[in-house]
Amino acid sequence: MSRKFGPVRATPLGWVIWAVVVFFFVNLAGVVLSVLVSSFGKKWFDTWFPSGFTTQWYGDAWREFTLFHVIVVTLLVSALVVVLSVLVGAPAAYVLARKNFPGKRLVYLTFLLPILMPPITYGIPLATVLYKFGFAGHLSGVVLANLVPSVPFVILTMTPFIEQVDPRIEDAARMLGAGTRAVFLKILAPLLVPGLLASAILVLVRTVGMFELTFLTAGPDSQTLVVALYYSMSAAGIRAQQSVDAMAVIYTAMMLVLLVVALRFVNPTQLVARVKEEPSE
Amino acid sequence: MSATWQHRLAERGVDRRLWLLLPATIFVLLLFVYPFLYGLSLSFQPTQGGGVLANYDKFFGDAYQRDTIATTLKIALPAALLNVLAAVPIAFRLRGRFRGKRLLTTILVVPITLGTVLTAQGLLNYLGPTGWLNRVLLSLHIVDNPIRLTNNYWGVFFSLVITGFPFAFLLVLSYLSGIDPTLERAAATLGASRAQRFRRITLPLLAPGLATTFLLTFVLAFSVFPSAVLVGNPAGSTRVISLAAYQAAYEQYDYSYASAIAMVMGAVELVVVAIVLVWRSRLYTGSTGGKG
Repeated sequence: MSRKFGPVRATPLGWVIWAVVVFFFVNLAGVVLSVLVSSFGKKWFDTWFPSGFTTQWYGDAWREFTLFHVIVVTLLVSALVVVLSVLVGAPAAYVLARKNFPGKRLVYLTFLLPILMPPITYGIPLATVLYKFGFAGHLSGVVLANLVPSVPFVILTMTPFIEQVDPRIEDAARMLGAGTRAVFLKILAPLLVPGLLASAILVLVRTVGMFELTFLTAGPDSQTLVVALYYSMSAAGIRAQQSVDAMAVIYTAMMLVLLVVALRFVNPTQLVARVKEEPSE
Repeated sequence: MSATWQHRLAERGVDRRLWLLLPATIFVLLLFVYPFLYGLSLSFQPTQGGGVLANYDKFFGDAYQRDTIATTLKIALPAALLNVLAAVPIAFRLRGRFRGKRLLTTILVVPITLGTVLTAQGLLNYLGPTGWLNRVLLSLHIVDNPIRLTNNYWGVFFSLVITGFPFAFLLVLSYLSGIDPTLERAAATLGASRAQRFRRITLPLLAPGLATTFLLTFVLAFSVFPSAVLVGNPAGSTRVISLAAYQAAYEQYDYSYASAIAMVMGAVELVVVAIVLVWRSRLYTGSTGGKG
């Protein structure tokens, strides 16, 4: 921006800001690298670096924490959550983007609330209900709990994409005799592929990273990677610190792959949250 | 007759396409509204008998439990505030186009993928008594003894900054890029200095977006749970309210009491949200950006 007013001037404030950014990154790198180095290290007490390097901790973590099973569960849960939340959320997003009807603001607010509330707040009553009906402790309970923030999230990310599609295209298709089904499958779905991809990937990233809801509803066989990681860490002392580190690295590697894929399809600002203003009447 | 009736409803926007809303509505009612109301009514039916409000009396009567509210706010409010305030000048310098912007934003997104658990593990390694930071400080003779930054308030605070700052930064950056640059140029033409332009043009337009960013970061920080246990001092200075609710539900198996704590937690959070929203509604929200 400042380019338009001439070159960026190195003001004292500017230097302070850059120093703060660099300081933040140096420490962040320290945090991340310390886990990475430790996961490959042999013994590491009171020295700058471990005494030697090994990959044995990855094998240990893989066996001890039954990581294969955990990763399969994580992928299964995430895939189910993505498919279900898109199926439920996308039609609702369509209605909210296209139509005005009495009570729209109330409906919109109800869809927003699960995102605005801390997961623990509704997670505990939700887990209680899921236990009551026998869902919690199984994969189905974990999927149901994770759908709660995911469906509203799909609605919020899809709405702007749907608003961009010209309604006249739909009208034209209808004039030519297309039914509602045909309009959806042949006209809207192909045009909305970018939006569907974006929201699916965002839900995937959020579900893999979602700790609280999975933690509250998972049983021993339905833990996802984050939850397994938390348990392994809070039980530290029993197991070697380094295999916990190795597991954390596996988790981050998985998230990074997802992130790189996600960034090909979406704007980084959408990764965090996209709470749009309520649509103007 | 029925045809005109349908026609009238259709004019108000009620037609067959509204059925598409049904799955999502049923879903939200079953999995969000119903559990919430169920939890609310459960919280008024104490397991150990007593009056309707026994659970709430128990919570507010016990200083160990009551203080979790203050503890949580003491961690979440400063962390959220710092994240937003630090994001403004940095986003301000980084707006517009320049080489490496995409790389820099990508690097800033990475901490979001770390998750609370890896962050906690990393903080324990890095800031611990024999960690790299203390080693550097000791060998530079800045301190004589290792400083303690984990298993206390600061551990949790840093964890919230690491996970919350990138989030706040991205939001602020997107709000800032939504502000029409011609406004600032017009002000510059009329002789406004940099400071004046920021204070009179950019800041008022950005303020609503800042309020939203603060809210979202606050919600994240308010529900801090794993890091409070892992890098904090969960028995003392970082015993946050979500931990109290968790312990009631999964250690004492008192779902009624746990629901009551969850309701208190939701209420406290909504009070903060409401205060910020009221303040935000008094700000200018025009079409020139800064919309949150």
